[in-house]
Amino acid sequence: MENLIHLDAKGLVMLLMSAVFVNNYVLQKFLGICPFLGVSKKLDQATGMSIAVIFVMMLATAVTWPIQHYLLDPHGFGYLQTIVFILVIAALVQLVEIILKKYIPSLHSALGVYLPLITTNCAVLGVTILNISSQYDFVSSLINSLGSGLGFFLAMVLFSGVRARMDGGDTPEAFKGLPITLVAASIVSVSFFGFAGVIERLFS
Amino acid sequence: MDGIIFAVVLVTAIGIICAVMLAVASKLMAVKEDERFPVIRECLPGANCGACGYPGCDGYAHALIEEEGIKTNLCVPGADAVSRKLSEVLGVAFEDVIEQVAVIKCKGDCKVTSAKMDYQGIESCKAAKLLFGGTGKCTFGCMGFGDCATVCPNDAICIENGIAHVNTRLCIGCGMCASVCPNKLISIMPDVEKMLVTCSNTEKGVITRKACSHGCIACKKCEKECPVGAITVTNNLSQIDYDKCTNCGHCAEVCPTKCIMKGDFSGIHRMDQE
Repeated sequence: MENLIHLDAKGLVMLLMSAVFVNNYVLQKFLGICPFLGVSKKLDQATGMSIAVIFVMMLATAVTWPIQHYLLDPHGFGYLQTIVFILVIAALVQLVEIILKKYIPSLHSALGVYLPLITTNCAVLGVTILNISSQYDFVSSLINSLGSGLGFFLAMVLFSGVRARMDGGDTPEAFKGLPITLVAASIVSVSFFGFAGVIERLFS
Repeated sequence: MDGIIFAVVLVTAIGIICAVMLAVASKLMAVKEDERFPVIRECLPGANCGACGYPGCDGYAHALIEEEGIKTNLCVPGADAVSRKLSEVLGVAFEDVIEQVAVIKCKGDCKVTSAKMDYQGIESCKAAKLLFGGTGKCTFGCMGFGDCATVCPNDAICIENGIAHVNTRLCIGCGMCASVCPNKLISIMPDVEKMLVTCSNTEKGVITRKACSHGCIACKKCEKECPVGAITVTNNLSQIDYDKCTNCGHCAEVCPTKCIMKGDFSGIHRMDQE
């Protein structure tokens, strides 16, 4: 508990920005590729999915951080992290779905099938575990999750635009469908390497 | 040893807490379903084929309850019987269902055309189509791996002599086969039409002829001979306008490759009525 990193306001903004651009979960860490390729065909679907991911990432972090630091670590159960987090996140998403269905049906129908899909999204598990291993304190963890969610949102929206362009383009027969999508995804990913170092320089 | 027991107990405890929480939440916050839903859902056949245009029978039942003016005659597999039941439950006027059957627009079996390769890949039309446009000499025709037969909920499609055949007596007209055929050979047609062009090849006559002796070579003989002008040859393929066709069968007689045929379209529902 003593070794946790505490960040000031400037540090938090920097953390947020670098989570969005430099450490983008989809394009730099290659987590959550399945929804990135699967749900990025249309802009409205991509937006719905991303908002659900932001929401679940924040919520999962808010629940798993205390579990790790107050339940697992003090009793030497740190190694149970993965299995406990999977369990808790899955239950949490189900609970959120039930609550939304009852009290905010409009939001429930807007998020639709994406909410249960996120239960098994590795980007959500990834962000909770990386928050722990990076030794962030609670506030920094939440900010990092928000940034990661926004980064996912950015990647999805950008890529749905790229795919809309590709649909209209004259793709060679052999590249139609998944091949050209994967090639485009890799090029978008390469373009994000351009952000490396930019955020640190901006704030130093 | 203690460690492992505590670990198991801890994970089990967390699991139980989550389970109880979810169970309580789902009881407390259960959303009431419309009481008509199970009744309407019971009327539908439950094939989940999507012929009505909604995602499965559940989707159609929800649409019927929630939206005004959804027609009760959209369930093709259920035919008149289902439409009648739905009309009773919802208290709207009964509308006749246009019963439909699947027809395959290819008769290129192993007697009239041949394979251009010794295909040993995955036994599926979808996979075979990816390799040089299919296994047959004709890239438009039926490859006979039976993707359509696999999805058919009523076993109405069989593969004989290398191509798919629809047993219209068993066909419920759901259209699942039409959506999986990579060559788009299967049409869903009202079960009253009779004349059918059993070819889908849009190549020029010479090329079609080389690939298959049964194909439409776009000679335009049917177009000229049709007494009511119901046939037009567009894109090197003969097409019948069923609004004009009188089922006289003259086109079938004059067609040099016999690719226009009198089809037997009597579907399962018509059989029931008779």
